[in-house]
Amino acid sequence: MNTFADQLLVLVFLLNFMVLGSSRIGIAIRVVAVQGMVLGLIPSLIHQVSPHLLLISVGMVGVKGFLIPALLNRAVRTVGIKREETPFLGYVPIMLVGAVATALAFLFADKLPLAPQHKDLLFVPAAIATLMTGFLLLVSRKKAISQVTGYLILENGIFIFGLLLTEAMPVMVEAGALLDLLVGIFVMGIIINQISQEFSSIDTSRLTSLKE
Amino acid sequence: MIALLIALPLLGALAAWLTPDNRRRPLVLPVVGGVHLLLTLALLAETPPPALGGWIILDPLGKLVLLEVSILFFCCAIYSVGYLAYRRERSNRVLCMGLPLCLGAMSLACVSQHLGLLWVAIESTTLAMAPLIYFNRNARSIEATWKYMLICSIGIAMALLGLYFLAYATVVARQEPTLLLAPLLAQARGLSPAWLNGAFIFLLVGFGTKIGLAPLHTWKPDAYGEAPGLVGALLAGGLVNCGFLGICRIYQICLAAGTTTFFRDALTLLGFLSMGFAAVFVLRQADFKRLLAYSSVEHVGFMAIGFGLGRGAIPGTVFHLLTNGLTKGVLFLTAANIHRSYNSKRAERVRGVMDRLPWSGWLFMLALFAVTGSPPFATFLSEFMILSGLFADGREIAGVTVILLFAVIFTGMALTILPILTGRGGSDLDDSGYRDRLLTVAPPLALLLVTLLLGIWIPAPLREILDATAAMLGVGS
Repeated sequence: MNTFADQLLVLVFLLNFMVLGSSRIGIAIRVVAVQGMVLGLIPSLIHQVSPHLLLISVGMVGVKGFLIPALLNRAVRTVGIKREETPFLGYVPIMLVGAVATALAFLFADKLPLAPQHKDLLFVPAAIATLMTGFLLLVSRKKAISQVTGYLILENGIFIFGLLLTEAMPVMVEAGALLDLLVGIFVMGIIINQISQEFSSIDTSRLTSLKE
Repeated sequence: MIALLIALPLLGALAAWLTPDNRRRPLVLPVVGGVHLLLTLALLAETPPPALGGWIILDPLGKLVLLEVSILFFCCAIYSVGYLAYRRERSNRVLCMGLPLCLGAMSLACVSQHLGLLWVAIESTTLAMAPLIYFNRNARSIEATWKYMLICSIGIAMALLGLYFLAYATVVARQEPTLLLAPLLAQARGLSPAWLNGAFIFLLVGFGTKIGLAPLHTWKPDAYGEAPGLVGALLAGGLVNCGFLGICRIYQICLAAGTTTFFRDALTLLGFLSMGFAAVFVLRQADFKRLLAYSSVEHVGFMAIGFGLGRGAIPGTVFHLLTNGLTKGVLFLTAANIHRSYNSKRAERVRGVMDRLPWSGWLFMLALFAVTGSPPFATFLSEFMILSGLFADGREIAGVTVILLFAVIFTGMALTILPILTGRGGSDLDDSGYRDRLLTVAPPLALLLVTLLLGIWIPAPLREILDATAAMLGVGS
């Protein structure tokens, strides 16, 4: 674990705020892609390079940096939507909530019983703050694609926590996680297309015919 | 042989994909289901040795779930041939591929001893089911699929975080990091309690979303209501049990670590919450497929209470996993027949089922009694075992509350369903021309007979599996 990785995590914090504050879906997708690529590089930076770690890095950068953004961009093009116009919570208030959540993440991470080699690093606060950002996006945005970006950020938060375990966890689980994520996003992309065909919009707040 | 168990459904999916003919394609399903059932029975008779360095082991808990899933799938597969004959206008390629894929993932979940692999398997079942919920391709089903996909994906992510916490608990305790069940159980006592509890809560939320424990059940009525009946049957009888399999694995670690209070209390709380939600929503429910979804929420809650309160309730809960899954199959398949004939699943648009579809009507009625725990069905036996276990352990308040909730839910279901079945049919009701046929009636009938049989007589090998499973989950501790 070195300081360079910590500096990259500062970048991850900034990217969280960029997604929270951007109304353009195209930018949000790009920011999430950059965040995924940054995170994908970290395992190879903090440990001795091994084939196992290299595989994770290549997989992460390829899937989160290129494949998923390409899928999402295609969905955006088919449905022809550029902006998240009326989120449930405005852009300024949500950035304030995001800032509070990030501060809380630091306070909370301080209290956790971490292994001695992981103390005083940004990994745990970054994981919690990114998770919270993902949740915020999921509950505050209406467009289906924005919700998918929220889900991707949530996944990134979990991946940051997983970085503490890169040497401990066998590659198969991580490969499985990546694959599940990819298939999940693929299925979501198909559904988004279908939603836009049925409702001529991908506004999930219009999905209200099924309720008690 | 275990490899075959997983490879066979995958090959079946491939065959379904390659078959160009919409009429012949569904025949793949009963072939896959039948061979899978035979394989399962052979595996139960002779337990295979551990494979892949201990990642693959068929233990009693896995056997139990595998048996239930295999029987249910075989019946659903036969039903699907009859059902898809009515849906010729629509391509069934995705359905015929998704069902075997899901079976393969469920089989993998039953045999995996590595929690990471188990997670991958359980989540693959979730993903494989998503396109199947969308089989009807209309606005309502797309809405249901989107909710299912989004909520369950977040559940998937939470379970993964829980697994990371579990692995981190071994790192903090300076042990060999692993997610293999056997070493985890052996070293559980030394694990960091704070991270362990964190892992429990996230895994419970993750798998709880999957099985639809309240308040994480919101996708369930929509998905069960809009999916074709046989998909609903597999969701309620197959995927729910796979989710419980995950919860049982965590439970095992809890027991080995000696810190059960937290996990058990959380399970019990969510269990009562689920039964409460079901009781409230069942009473005003006019859509009979959504009604079945709430019945599933109820039983998931009931089993969570059984596991949560533990001890004497464990043998009954383990048995209820089997019986509930099979009964849910009867309910969903017959409900689908009724839906098909009347082109509606609203109570006010369906009347006189007994006259128009006598077989489906009677089966639905008997399944309603079975699912609410009437003798002589096996569900009566399992529910009775759980309740008597609760009373024997001195949990009178919990036992009485459960009985009261059962009474409310039964009343709610009967108030909606009995008029549907018995009322007089009229010319104002839609008629699609569908009538009961062998292929759409025999599978639910077979499932009901199995439930009936198990209520009267449990074969010795099955009893052994049930006892061994209960012992794994700390009966009496």
